[in-house]
Amino acid sequence: MSEPILSIRNLTVEIPTRQGILRPVNGVSYDIGRGEILGVVGESGAGKSMAGNAVIGLLSPPARIAEGEIHVNGARIDQLKGDAMRRLRGKEIGMVFQDPLTSLNPLLRIGDQLTETILAHLPLSRSQAEERAVQALDEVGIPGAAERVNSYPHEFSGGMRQRVVIALALCAEPSLIIADEPTTALDVSVQAQIIALLKQLCRNRGTAVMLITHDMGVIAEAADRVAVMYAGKLVELGPVREVLTTPRHPYTDGLMGSTPLASRGKDRLHQIPGAMPRLDSLPQGCAFHPRCPYAQAQCKADPAPKLNEGEGAACWFPLPHATKVA
Amino acid sequence: MTDSPLPVKDPSRLSLWWQSDFMYAFKRSPVAISSFCVAALLVLAAVCAPLIATHDPFDPATLNLMNGFSAPMTPNAFTGETFWLGTDDQGRDVFSTILYGLRISLFVGAAAVLFAMVLGITLGLLAGYVGGWTETIIMRVADVQLTFPAILVAMLIFGIAKGITPVEYRDQMAIWVLIIAIGLSDWVQFARVVRGATLVEKNKEYVQAARLIGRTSPAIMLKHILPNVLSPVLVIATISLALAIIAEATLSFLGVGAPPTQPSLGTLIRIGQGFLFSGEWWILLFPAVTLLTLALSVNLLGDWLRDALNPRLR
Amino acid sequence: MALVSVEHLTRIFDVSKPWLNRMIERRKKAFLTAVSDVSFEIEEKTVYSLVGESGSGKSTIGKMLVGLLPPSDGSVKIRDINLARETDAAKVDAVRADIQMIFQDPFASLNPRWRVRDIIVEPVAARGGETKGLAEKLLEQVGLSARDAGKFPHEFSGGQRQRICIARALASEPRLIVCDEPTSALDVSVQAQVLNLMSDLKDDLGLTYLFISHDLTVVQHISDRVGVLYLGRLVEEATPEELFDNPKHPYTQMLLAAAPKLGEFGREVPPPVGEIPDPINPPSGCAYHPRCPLANGRCKAERPQMRALRGAKVACHLAT
Repeated sequence: MSEPILSIRNLTVEIPTRQGILRPVNGVSYDIGRGEILGVVGESGAGKSMAGNAVIGLLSPPARIAEGEIHVNGARIDQLKGDAMRRLRGKEIGMVFQDPLTSLNPLLRIGDQLTETILAHLPLSRSQAEERAVQALDEVGIPGAAERVNSYPHEFSGGMRQRVVIALALCAEPSLIIADEPTTALDVSVQAQIIALLKQLCRNRGTAVMLITHDMGVIAEAADRVAVMYAGKLVELGPVREVLTTPRHPYTDGLMGSTPLASRGKDRLHQIPGAMPRLDSLPQGCAFHPRCPYAQAQCKADPAPKLNEGEGAACWFPLPHATKVA
Repeated sequence: MTDSPLPVKDPSRLSLWWQSDFMYAFKRSPVAISSFCVAALLVLAAVCAPLIATHDPFDPATLNLMNGFSAPMTPNAFTGETFWLGTDDQGRDVFSTILYGLRISLFVGAAAVLFAMVLGITLGLLAGYVGGWTETIIMRVADVQLTFPAILVAMLIFGIAKGITPVEYRDQMAIWVLIIAIGLSDWVQFARVVRGATLVEKNKEYVQAARLIGRTSPAIMLKHILPNVLSPVLVIATISLALAIIAEATLSFLGVGAPPTQPSLGTLIRIGQGFLFSGEWWILLFPAVTLLTLALSVNLLGDWLRDALNPRLR
Repeated sequence: MALVSVEHLTRIFDVSKPWLNRMIERRKKAFLTAVSDVSFEIEEKTVYSLVGESGSGKSTIGKMLVGLLPPSDGSVKIRDINLARETDAAKVDAVRADIQMIFQDPFASLNPRWRVRDIIVEPVAARGGETKGLAEKLLEQVGLSARDAGKFPHEFSGGQRQRICIARALASEPRLIVCDEPTSALDVSVQAQVLNLMSDLKDDLGLTYLFISHDLTVVQHISDRVGVLYLGRLVEEATPEELFDNPKHPYTQMLLAAAPKLGEFGREVPPPVGEIPDPINPPSGCAYHPRCPLANGRCKAERPQMRALRGAKVACHLAT
């Protein structure tokens, strides 16, 4: 693989609280290459959004990056402050959030918001920027883009609004897009449209996409590789087909088994007992061991092994060789 | 499975409260602790006034006119008695008058806020939960009331009450009229906040769950919604207390408040300012400083409460 | 006889601006038809699912079923008693005790100021019933501990809260539970726990569920019969096997094609066209015709009625 667009090494985010220091992201490393969609999947509290926010410098204090490095296009960005980070956002990294309504300014016309962003990041004249704005809206599939630039956000439907947000993220031609649950607030049919759009943009422009979601189905359809997170740690990383069909970490396996599937009929769903531990009461050893059917004494004592550079499962006894403990 | 599970002792609400984030924030805020201590000290002093005061300044039998105009910490020229904060023209110990004045001020302020709170919460809950015409009428009355300055409303009510009460009862009535006057000028903000919070709460699913099982509207309002709208009320009540104490002082200063037979801090300041130019500054200064300290500490406490209870700031 | 029978159910909301605004802006009153002429029956001890996207009226139907909203037209009969019309208070009360509801948001459906014990027994306590030990028994039944009765809701995770909601719903020993998106706020692994618990309880206690969801895979897993809603209208009704293997209405077909599938990596399908129309001004005739690849002149003019078609019911002129 050539130089990755985004490279995260041993990223750790800390939040100091009265109960002690919490680590919502703990020693996470992954790369995203050009034109690649990396799905980051996990349940709520896994730290998947926090990792995305750390990359784009949007951690809300007191959360802070305690350790690790983030490189975008080879340049280290985790130590950038204020203005430099702001310039980078939009220019190098675009962001798409879950709720399209809150990521648009309700008082400004769509076109003005796009033009502002373009002018802030690209060396264009105002008229060129306006042209570029129409082009961006056209690209994300908004019909009648030339007229719609004069509309306000509330005049768009939910799905169209999310398209506008994507246009906004794309208009300065960033090399990386972080999409945090971009379809969670949308209906199934609109979700399919947005995913198709993301895939198409990624392919046509070679943009790297970090797709954060809890929906395994979305990951399966959209992602090239998948990173599974649990309690702040990366537990499995690999090509999407491999990870989803033959998961090696028991958590990924449990997650797949919990998802209702047509082929499984009406049998009882496989369930992972318990719930994700709270960050202030993480168990000793591997954080998943209390819920893991394969846990051995070693899992209770030693923290799970780190993922090697690249791929695999962070597990002492990865599937399919682990044996179930009665 | 056993038929009746072992009774487990629930943690008491008090211990939960003591361990809560709220108390944690309190214990770490010097401003909150010091303003709470000052306010508590003043309240304690007011409550225990008969025990602390050197004499009951409004019992003429304990007064000695010869003690009049004693300067603070200086032996009186005639009697040789020393008063910490001096005496007024009648020979009343200023320290004692302040303690008794504080009593009246705090009582009127607290009672007025309580009255405003009960009225405001009731009307706010009704407006928010029932909606329709009830809401329109209540909120329009509130709007109209807001266009008058509170002090004007209070003076109006005070004036009417004075006009209709017989002369011999006026002094006794004065305190109660004061409470109602200040309370009536203050209910609107309680009603508005409670209505707003009720509108949010009533659409939550726990309220629907209660409606579903056939709970009556009063039961839903009192048992379900009321406990959940009280946090902002607490903040407003604290800040209102400071305002009510100042309103009372203002009315008393203007001569329409507490009568000289039951002087509040405001009355004391009014009396004191008459002696300012003849050099007896202490009769004015000490009640004024007390009022300032009281209002400031309560206000700071209210400000801190607002920050501590605001979920967005945490 | 069916436990629930819904006939020609319609609900219209007045969404007009206030009178003064209408006068100034010269606008007419606006009405939103959230549910339009929906009929179905739920047999005792089965799971009937209503599935649809936002604005399909599925939650509104649920609210009318439990009596939180009165119907504008049509009727809901539970054990042949029409809650909205019945005047005999004893009968109404008996039916009310038979229905319970589980809500979507496990964080908003429990009063944060109440202890779990008081929350769970409220449906019984409100009727003056005996509640000693009831909360503890129910907590164990839904897989929590009796010790949890004294805690407050904020001490529980989303999945545990949903279990508490289920315990509350069970307290009055209902026969019908309306579940409005009970798992859509939960994580997948927790969703599996709650779905399993719900099917166990159904078998143990002989419950009937009306299951409202937008998630096709969940619906397929749990239901005995599925109704598909579009813009307040029932467009197709069938058993899950028939519906998912052999969808007949073009909307159902589109919905199934659009749903993300676990097994199909990098699937490339043409995404669905168009969006859900504005329910204040719904399209004429069949509400789906502007997005339907098959639509013809008749679809624009005439609203299709439900008709039986190979083991299913479908509201489409053209489905074969």
